[in-house]
Amino acid sequence: MGSTSSTLAKIPNAEDLMQETGFTPAHLVRLYDRFKVLDKDKKGFLTPQDFVAIKELAMNPICDRIIGAFFTSGGETLDFPSFVRILAHFRPIDKNRPKEPTSPDPINSRSNKLKFAFQLYDQDKDGKISRHELLQVLRAMLEKQVTEEQLESIADRTIQEADLDRDDAISFEEFRKSLEKVNIDHKMSIRFLR
Amino acid sequence: MESYLFPFDNLLCMLLGISFTVWFTLLLVFIIVPAVFGVSFGIRRLYMNTLLKIFEWATLRMERGAKEKNQQLYKPYSNGIIAKEPASLEQEIQEMRRSGSGLGGAEFDMSDIFYFCRRGVESIVDDEVTKRFTAEELESWNLLTRSNYNFHHISTRLTVLWGLGVLIRYGILLPLRVTLAFTGVGLLVFLTSIIGLLPNGGMKSFLSEKVHLMCYRICVRALTAIITYHDSENKPKNGGICVANHTSPIDVIILASDGCYAMVGQVHGGLMGVIQRAMVKACPHIWFERSEVKDRHLVAKRLSDHVADKSKLPILIFPEGTCINNTSVMMFKKGSFEIGCTVYPVAIKYDPRFGEAFWNSSKFGMVNYLLHMMSSWAIVCSVWYLPPMSREEGEDAVQFANRVKAAIARKGGLADLLWDGGLKREKVKEVFKEEQQKLYSKVLVGGEED
Repeated sequence: MGSTSSTLAKIPNAEDLMQETGFTPAHLVRLYDRFKVLDKDKKGFLTPQDFVAIKELAMNPICDRIIGAFFTSGGETLDFPSFVRILAHFRPIDKNRPKEPTSPDPINSRSNKLKFAFQLYDQDKDGKISRHELLQVLRAMLEKQVTEEQLESIADRTIQEADLDRDDAISFEEFRKSLEKVNIDHKMSIRFLR
Repeated sequence: MESYLFPFDNLLCMLLGISFTVWFTLLLVFIIVPAVFGVSFGIRRLYMNTLLKIFEWATLRMERGAKEKNQQLYKPYSNGIIAKEPASLEQEIQEMRRSGSGLGGAEFDMSDIFYFCRRGVESIVDDEVTKRFTAEELESWNLLTRSNYNFHHISTRLTVLWGLGVLIRYGILLPLRVTLAFTGVGLLVFLTSIIGLLPNGGMKSFLSEKVHLMCYRICVRALTAIITYHDSENKPKNGGICVANHTSPIDVIILASDGCYAMVGQVHGGLMGVIQRAMVKACPHIWFERSEVKDRHLVAKRLSDHVADKSKLPILIFPEGTCINNTSVMMFKKGSFEIGCTVYPVAIKYDPRFGEAFWNSSKFGMVNYLLHMMSSWAIVCSVWYLPPMSREEGEDAVQFANRVKAAIARKGGLADLLWDGGLKREKVKEVFKEEQQKLYSKVLVGGEED
């Protein structure tokens, strides 16, 4: 207990972070507390092991990919601003934001959410989801429950439908097009209380 | 100069002597003798009510102070940061199909990954298990800095009160309690060793019972534990197993001061070992060597043998296997439920307003923990004895364990969780991951076969 402003003062560059990510002071404070809880050894940053220690995450079939999304460019440390920036992808889209053509997209825009999901598939970051990468994701989500043939046929069918320029891989634009009708805001957002 | 000191010296000695005697007499009359006979003067309850009034006053002062300074006093939403979707995997994916490309069939869609991704990130932000292993957050302050998360100096009166509290707790209560603790443990070891010399029979059991109860009662007073026992007609009887939820090592003392149990545990070295060896002389307890603990059949056999002998006391077991923070009951290990005798469930709920009883063994060692306990205001808890349960026809050990767990959780007002208490330390079993994969594949492949 105590005032939010006292904890807020402990967070470096809180103002900039809030601007960038759109989190309110109350959210930022709660995320900071959560960051500290996850950082059990009080190192000041998080490592992949800290994430794996979260039991509910460890039982998620794509646990490794999600953790990989936090630790971009193979780094092993995650500081609080980076932690918050990635979580900002999951804020619900701000419907009242005025459309300024010159300012960059906010982190939680539809486009950025799609990019986040895209990178879960595209592990080698070449901008395309190859058949091999698609198979890997399918394998992670289904593992022993289906046969290899079924996996391959699912992968083939998916590429057939989404791959418009026939290069046997799915680019980001093709990815975006295939998910045109999906309500990304609902599926890729987490409802933060207050 | 020196001649001045002598009379003062004498005076000082005299004063010390008198105060020591007075203190000791008070100790004897008000604490040890009632403990021996099992009566209570009601001093502890009076103490508890006074403390409550002081805490209320302190909280009011703080609220007023905070309002004046226009600050927020209470941590917002101590129960969660996010609202989680209650929908299951199947529902989510079906919904995605309908709002998606309208292909009708349950085919793989690139958007399926969203479900797993979102659930993964949700658990990073807030998960059920980690919450259970940190001490409960309080809504009012009980003048202990260790439960003071963000209180700053609100008023001088409050700080003075807090300082007074520190003085009382460390200067008066702590030495008193430590003396009592040593007395209690010492008496236990000494008297049980003497009783061990007697031949087995009715006299021995009777004396052993009295001695055990007396020493545990002294220990209870050593912690200033104010316990309310409910439904004592359901107290465990011989030839049964008593199961209870586990919050701290003190649970044992709390239960054992109201009835006699056979303890189960690993053989320790040092002081614990001495106590264990002495206790087992007076009446049979079950102590396992470290190597024997791994052998489940041996453990089960010894427990069943003990239970089959109706002259032996009921066994006390904590099936969660580890200390939980007293807001929930975690998965019960099925071992004790396979033995096939009557189970007497007991629910223990601590009142956190007076002192946090939860032992966070990854944060504090045993000595540190005991020191914390003895320098809190008091340990206030309620014990409910639930009616005995037996395994029903066609019920396996796991289902029986869950049934008992639900009853305990309901009575104690705790949340009933599926999670394994062992998760505090171990990795998640592959089984849980496979469950998710199975569900997902059913939606995909199962749909295609239609």
